[in-house]
Amino acid sequence: MSTSTEQLVSSESNTQEIHHGPAKGITRWFYTTNHKDIGSMYLWFSLIMFMTGGCMALMIRAELFQPGLQFIEPDFFNQMTTMHGLIMVFGAVMPAFVGLANWMLPLMIGAPDMALPRLNNWSFWILPFAFSMMLMTFFMQGGAPNFGWTFYAPLSTTFAPPSVTFFIFAVHMMGISSIMGAINVIVTILNMRPPGMNMMKLPLFVWTWLITAFLLILVMPVLAGVVTMMLMDIHFGTSFFNAAGGGDPVLFQHVFWFFGHPEVYIMILPAFGVVSEIIPTFARKKLFGYSSMVYATSSIAFLSFIVWAHHMFTVGIPLAGELFFMFATMLIAVPTGVKVFNWVATMFRGSMTFETPMLFAIAFVVLFSIGGFSGLMLAIAPADFQYHDTYFVVAHFHYVLVPGSVFSIMAAVYYWLPKWTGNYYNEKMGKLHFWLSFIGINITFFPMHFVGLAGMPRRIPDYALQFADFNAISSVGAFLFGFSQLLFIYNIVSCIRKRNKASAEVWEGSHGLEWTVPSPAPYHTFSKPPKVD
Amino acid sequence: MMNQTKSQTKSHKKLIIQLLLGTVGMFGFGFALVPLYDVFCRITGINGKLDLTPGVYQANGVSGREIKIQFIAVNNESMPWAFKPKDSSLRVKLGQTYQTAYWAENLTPNYMVAQAVPSVSPSDAAQYLEKVDCFCFNRQPLNAGEQREMGLAFNVLAGMPAHIKTITLSYTLFDITAASDKSVASND
Repeated sequence: MSTSTEQLVSSESNTQEIHHGPAKGITRWFYTTNHKDIGSMYLWFSLIMFMTGGCMALMIRAELFQPGLQFIEPDFFNQMTTMHGLIMVFGAVMPAFVGLANWMLPLMIGAPDMALPRLNNWSFWILPFAFSMMLMTFFMQGGAPNFGWTFYAPLSTTFAPPSVTFFIFAVHMMGISSIMGAINVIVTILNMRPPGMNMMKLPLFVWTWLITAFLLILVMPVLAGVVTMMLMDIHFGTSFFNAAGGGDPVLFQHVFWFFGHPEVYIMILPAFGVVSEIIPTFARKKLFGYSSMVYATSSIAFLSFIVWAHHMFTVGIPLAGELFFMFATMLIAVPTGVKVFNWVATMFRGSMTFETPMLFAIAFVVLFSIGGFSGLMLAIAPADFQYHDTYFVVAHFHYVLVPGSVFSIMAAVYYWLPKWTGNYYNEKMGKLHFWLSFIGINITFFPMHFVGLAGMPRRIPDYALQFADFNAISSVGAFLFGFSQLLFIYNIVSCIRKRNKASAEVWEGSHGLEWTVPSPAPYHTFSKPPKVD
Repeated sequence: MMNQTKSQTKSHKKLIIQLLLGTVGMFGFGFALVPLYDVFCRITGINGKLDLTPGVYQANGVSGREIKIQFIAVNNESMPWAFKPKDSSLRVKLGQTYQTAYWAENLTPNYMVAQAVPSVSPSDAAQYLEKVDCFCFNRQPLNAGEQREMGLAFNVLAGMPAHIKTITLSYTLFDITAASDKSVASND
């Protein structure tokens, strides 16, 4: 963008700010309809949930440090694995991406705010209630849900603790929140673009979020449906999943994974978008293959709907079914490969610098690919009978979710933090945080591949002696990773408080509308649509 | 300017309504998966679900091929009856009708009604196992301490895939006393 546009925009938004600054006091946060306020609240909420879920993960790793039962009862261990999964998926990763969407989408497309600001307020404020309800179950008779984050029936119906009803309502509430957020994102992207900003000019983060929002609308209602069926089975005498009444427990898995597989793409597509923003900035080149990125993302989204049964190879589906789901799953590697190729090609011969966001983005590309490869191994139906429900699966999905989604969120936070706060963060501390996380994550999850292949089952608090060394290593890595996040929090807080003024462009190679507004971004931006050429 | 904002809110509304309809539709689709899944299994004969209507005896389909059929009895959760097959396995010729039975005893001091639900493994054999008569077609009421032999007549159709040498037929016995009252049960 030219400097004249920038000055125009900044002087304009400054006058706006005088008239419509944020309200004073705590009610600012309750009543706000400002996309930046709501984005910040989502991000803080996600950080709190990330630390909560992280503490649960550390409790799991502490118990698994040695074979035998050390610290916690097996039932509590099950509650830990369940709640760790639920909180990380629905409380940490998804709200973090919604927060990024709230902050950045209007800035990136040049819209004054999200299309439906009051709905936006509501979709955020549902979340603290949903998660309070979910966390309350720890103090109820019978304890918290202990049936795994996938809550397979009949474990989650016939044999569930009584608190399962609160879990169901919490899932309903967070589902409503996600659906409203998704509707908001779609309406914003489709209707609020300024003249000249056509679809193929949208930044990739916007594109990936648009596709994610459609996935959310298509599958979150199915999740709501499946928990409603559970509710009816438990309280109203129906038998959706109860064989005694003519139902079928396998039905649960089909309906759940019809939601569950697109859900894992909901957690990774925005990450693709983030990385596609960051790599061109620090490679100082245009993104290689923009349109192929858009098409690859769309094909991944489509394919996510026809692969769900690869989670259930061992339930006894017929050979034809196993073959279909095996090949469909492997097909996903093609568009994913296109994306990885494009990222590498963007870096190729670029003049790269390695600031913290770039380090996280490159680690994302490398480690996510490792997770992708173990995914391909799991997709092979005959081999999956060996891998199923072992630590190999745990290693696989943690590689795509932690150095995948979580690293991309951290990259995004470092990348846009100067734009949000107006100050640069401490680069040295950022790099230290990156390296400790990178090393910690690999020490934690890489040995899990080996114990998984050797047959260690997941979700069990005890294990056979031959797995002891690798598990001890994993636990050490987990504590390293966990505690290095304190650096992240310290860096964010000090970035908000200290004065190390950031320029409007923030990064030397930055590109896009969000860098044309001053740092920190004024409370109201793009009240007049920007000129896009 | 005024006109522009007006038309924009209008198109917001249209899009929101479409997206909400999509949401409601997908919620419905989640429930529609229940019958769809059942229909799909019935048509393809996968999942080991059996046709619960009596088969018609056909004399002309007998072939020389012999396979083994195993019988298993399972009590669901808290079902307190004794329940077991008369023969644990039989060698049968394809296309020929055989008779066997299961035996059940109500060990409780109460009147109870049971329903047996069959399942066949491997699942691709399910559509070739034809039941001419089966105790699973009816509810089985037993008074306190009563015992009964429950008949089963079946044949295995000649078209059965060659790679299947053994079929396992499993019955799971469910307690349905609460769901059925005495008068209805005795009509069966």
